[in-house]
Amino acid sequence: MTQFRAAKGGRIDRSSAIEFEFDGQTYKAHPGDTLASALLANGVHLVGRSFKYHRPRGLLAAGAEEPNALVGVWRDSARYTPNLRATTVEIYPGLKAESQNRSPSLKFDRAGINGLFSRFIGAGFYYKTFMWPKTAWKSLYEPTIREAAGLGRAPTQADPDRYSNRHAHCDVLVVGAGAAGLSAARAAAAAGARVILCDEQAEMGGSLLSDVHTRINGLTASAWVASVLQELKANPRVTLLARTTAFGYFPHNHLGLNEKLTEHVAAPKPDQPRERLWQVRAAEVVLAMGAIERPLVFPGNDLPGILLADAARTYLQRYGVKVGSVVAVVTAHDSAYQTALDLHAAGVKIAVIADTRAEVSGDLAAQAWAAGIRIQHNSTVIGTRGKLRVTGIDLGQVSGSNVQPLESIACDTIIMSGGWTPSVHLHSQSRGKLVWDESLSAYIPGQTAERTRSVGSCRGIFGIAASLADGTKTGAEAAGTTSSITYEVEETRLANTGFIGALPQPGGKPGDKAFVDWQNDVTTKDLALAMREGFESVEHVKRYTTNGMATDQGKTSNMNALAFLAAGLDKPIPAVGLTTFRMPYTPVTFGSFAGYSRGELFDPVRRTAIHDWAQAQGAVFEDVGAWKRARYFPRGNEDMHAAVDRECVAVRQNCGIFDASTLGKIEVVGPDAATFLERLYVNSWANLKVGQSRYGILCREDGFVYDDGIIARLAEDRFHVTTTTGGAARVYAFMEDYLQTEWSDLSVWLTSISEQYSVIALQGPAARRVLEPLVTGVDVSAQALPHMGVVSGFICGIPMRLFRVSFTGELGFEINVPSDYGRAVWEAIYASGQPHGIVPYGTESMHVLRAEKGYIIVGQETDGTMTPDDVGLSWAIGKTKPDFVGKRSLARSSMHAKDRKQLVGLRTQDPKLVLEEGAQIVDSPGQKAPMRLIGHVTSSYHSAVLGHSIALAVVRGGRARVGQTLYVPMPTGDIPVIVTSTVFYDSEGAKLHG
Amino acid sequence: MLLIQCPYCGPRPELEFAYGGQAHIARPLKPADLNDDEWAAFLYMRVNTKGVHAERWRHARGCNRFFNALRDTTTDHFLAVYKTGEARPALNTAGGHS
Repeated sequence: MTQFRAAKGGRIDRSSAIEFEFDGQTYKAHPGDTLASALLANGVHLVGRSFKYHRPRGLLAAGAEEPNALVGVWRDSARYTPNLRATTVEIYPGLKAESQNRSPSLKFDRAGINGLFSRFIGAGFYYKTFMWPKTAWKSLYEPTIREAAGLGRAPTQADPDRYSNRHAHCDVLVVGAGAAGLSAARAAAAAGARVILCDEQAEMGGSLLSDVHTRINGLTASAWVASVLQELKANPRVTLLARTTAFGYFPHNHLGLNEKLTEHVAAPKPDQPRERLWQVRAAEVVLAMGAIERPLVFPGNDLPGILLADAARTYLQRYGVKVGSVVAVVTAHDSAYQTALDLHAAGVKIAVIADTRAEVSGDLAAQAWAAGIRIQHNSTVIGTRGKLRVTGIDLGQVSGSNVQPLESIACDTIIMSGGWTPSVHLHSQSRGKLVWDESLSAYIPGQTAERTRSVGSCRGIFGIAASLADGTKTGAEAAGTTSSITYEVEETRLANTGFIGALPQPGGKPGDKAFVDWQNDVTTKDLALAMREGFESVEHVKRYTTNGMATDQGKTSNMNALAFLAAGLDKPIPAVGLTTFRMPYTPVTFGSFAGYSRGELFDPVRRTAIHDWAQAQGAVFEDVGAWKRARYFPRGNEDMHAAVDRECVAVRQNCGIFDASTLGKIEVVGPDAATFLERLYVNSWANLKVGQSRYGILCREDGFVYDDGIIARLAEDRFHVTTTTGGAARVYAFMEDYLQTEWSDLSVWLTSISEQYSVIALQGPAARRVLEPLVTGVDVSAQALPHMGVVSGFICGIPMRLFRVSFTGELGFEINVPSDYGRAVWEAIYASGQPHGIVPYGTESMHVLRAEKGYIIVGQETDGTMTPDDVGLSWAIGKTKPDFVGKRSLARSSMHAKDRKQLVGLRTQDPKLVLEEGAQIVDSPGQKAPMRLIGHVTSSYHSAVLGHSIALAVVRGGRARVGQTLYVPMPTGDIPVIVTSTVFYDSEGAKLHG
Repeated sequence: MLLIQCPYCGPRPELEFAYGGQAHIARPLKPADLNDDEWAAFLYMRVNTKGVHAERWRHARGCNRFFNALRDTTTDHFLAVYKTGEARPALNTAGGHS
């Protein structure tokens, strides 16, 4: 293969070569490679363009913290995933990937010119530019910004894959399977605990997988990992989840885990889910998330070929890839020496180790000296050379606060280490406190808020032996015991040092293009500018400069920004504060969150027993809450208006049948049932006789209308209460609330029967003739069953509750039958109605018919600020009742103010003109904005029966304005309207009582 | 998602519950005897506690019963649950995890 593939080593399968595609070019890789390692093996460092300046960028890291190498990966046009980190994309044969944010190509990018203008588009430029001229916003600024905004492109087709969802419980959840996590899981499992161990990578083992020097119990690190995994796999109480990221820590030890199932597979089985969302409730959590190496901040630190030292070691030891031929090392930590030595051993030339520290001691430095590697103390970097790849490094010499240029050294790669930042993300998400550890120059977990423990380097415990001991002790503790497991470890001990902030520059200036946040293109100059402009709070600086706000959430940038800020403000780091860690730890797909809840399963759909009949008749449905309701039944080429006109006329002249099954229905039963309703509804109920019903109004305690419906007394101790369709659940909860928490003295039982009954409304002058032949045991004559009468009997042999009620103003019945018989009874009535010209009608006609009669719909005529009197229903209030819910509020003087909005009817001069619902109303024409608005239209329809349009409206002092002309201001001009009574049809009610 | 101890059913996920607002606000037995200010206080005035808050929950997708709970609003930890009508329990100061 290429010169960058090491001769030996790594966990890749060298016996097999596979091909993949990047930006249209075919490359070779081995199974076990990531896209990142495979590109590096082919000598490709340039993998992306930066977000703002479109600067050429290479790989910075080898893991999930990678800020630069965002790529789009696809199998086909429906399976395109943008913004994947190349470091976490596993290679499979035929993988296709492309770079992002460049046009036309990575090597030549037109928007690279942004770099020339960088001094004009620094921190906060959004807030300073695009302000004028105002007209340029729509035509110029917005399209340009939209073009430049965002990373990657969205797939153009719906996602064809399945995403699974699973709930799990365990005694101990261990997050991270490095040395600390594995030992913790092992100790907890040994204690008999049910353990879930998850790790974001394809292979468990963490840093041990790229550690070729350490020996644990006489085994190489990777052999020890294999033995532990084998042991854990054999334990039925342990669940191992690789490729699984714990992305969110939610209250009460509820964690969100995202498991990738097929991303790494060349040809996934079609029935296999692509990802699985685990929702784990853990009794105890052990966080073993490790630490992330910190980059160093110096001018030109973002060229391709500049990467983290530990990443270079991972590429070499885990993937068998050399990151370059001539490598300069810049470090503030001993660990980079190990990388330098490993690279040196693999035949890579180490040009220099530039150490920021004044002194270096320890085995590794000695080995480097012995290997003949040049080590330069008191170093800084004052610049880099190269355009699409680094070609040299300009070193400086630090002496006190003075920085002198030292020399320029040619290299094709720079690796750097500023030390290690513990990954406290999940601890912080769990609302645990963070404390500043001066000796580590790092924030580490402090007091916990949940039952959680951090182990190993994510709490500042570094080194394999220390991590194994920490994991063992804590894993056992989490399982409620102690452990006697010990490990014999041979390793090189490293001092915990590091550098945070920006490397010193000549003259104390920030220097050019010293990047702190690679993904959002934030430099030290941006941070310095923010401070000059008066931003001191870290939260404000973050938002102003966007540092740490990219998709990597500042994994490599936050600490350096914080330290730079602290230095600029002359404050200690902990005094500057810390931004908040939020979920998700790494990006999670929408598919994973959606799971099975898509398409038909997105939301439950409620259908009535008569739904299929209506569908077969060609009904057009509308959504009412979760219900599907037939809106109208078009015939031939009818549009909605034609169908509604026909349906309304048929109901008024002959007979219509309407599916009212969605009405909420609650049975209120018990010796105190009447008392309960008496206290709850505004009406009187004690005097309601068995076999009668009444229109009831329910207010909230604040006196405003909450719901309405017909309430029937079936027996002394049994009421059948109906509610609005949308109010069914909340009215039931409202009733339970009063019953359980205020009036526990009442002996009442509430049962929701909404689903148990189909309700068939039969309305129109012919209704009785249609119904009569079908019923037995009941007399439906006007004398025996007057308006608002209720009776139980049989229809087609099916038990029914028959209400003589009307929401149309016509002679009407509502037939309640068990839902299982709803369809059969409906069809029988429909057949019986044929000689009488029966038509099915939908909710739209229902609305018109009720509006013609001035009947309100709660939620349409009311909006949570209307009293019963406002909507003309004060007649319903039981005036002599000592109390009911809302009565005290209705006694407030403001509830009787003359200028309250009151329900009225409106007529337009032009009978064809239908007002817009929601349109505002004023009392004089030609007003200029802001107008004095005195009300609004609540319902508006064309009435075929009346031959003109009608509207209901709420208007200030409306009832005193009947006969007045008001105006509805519209863009086309003022529409004059005349205030009328709310009842447009049969105001004497002759038809109702027929 | 919170894990809530229903006093009737045991621990269940928050998804099954409906929040019921501040606990121990009894509806006045004779609302008519209250002046407007007193009535407004009953209707609208609620505490906004940082710390231990007595509140109502309803096991809406379970037994459908209301109950009361003491929750620390700074940590979301439930310190006690008790049945409607019972007095607010005294807490030992240790608090701790739910």
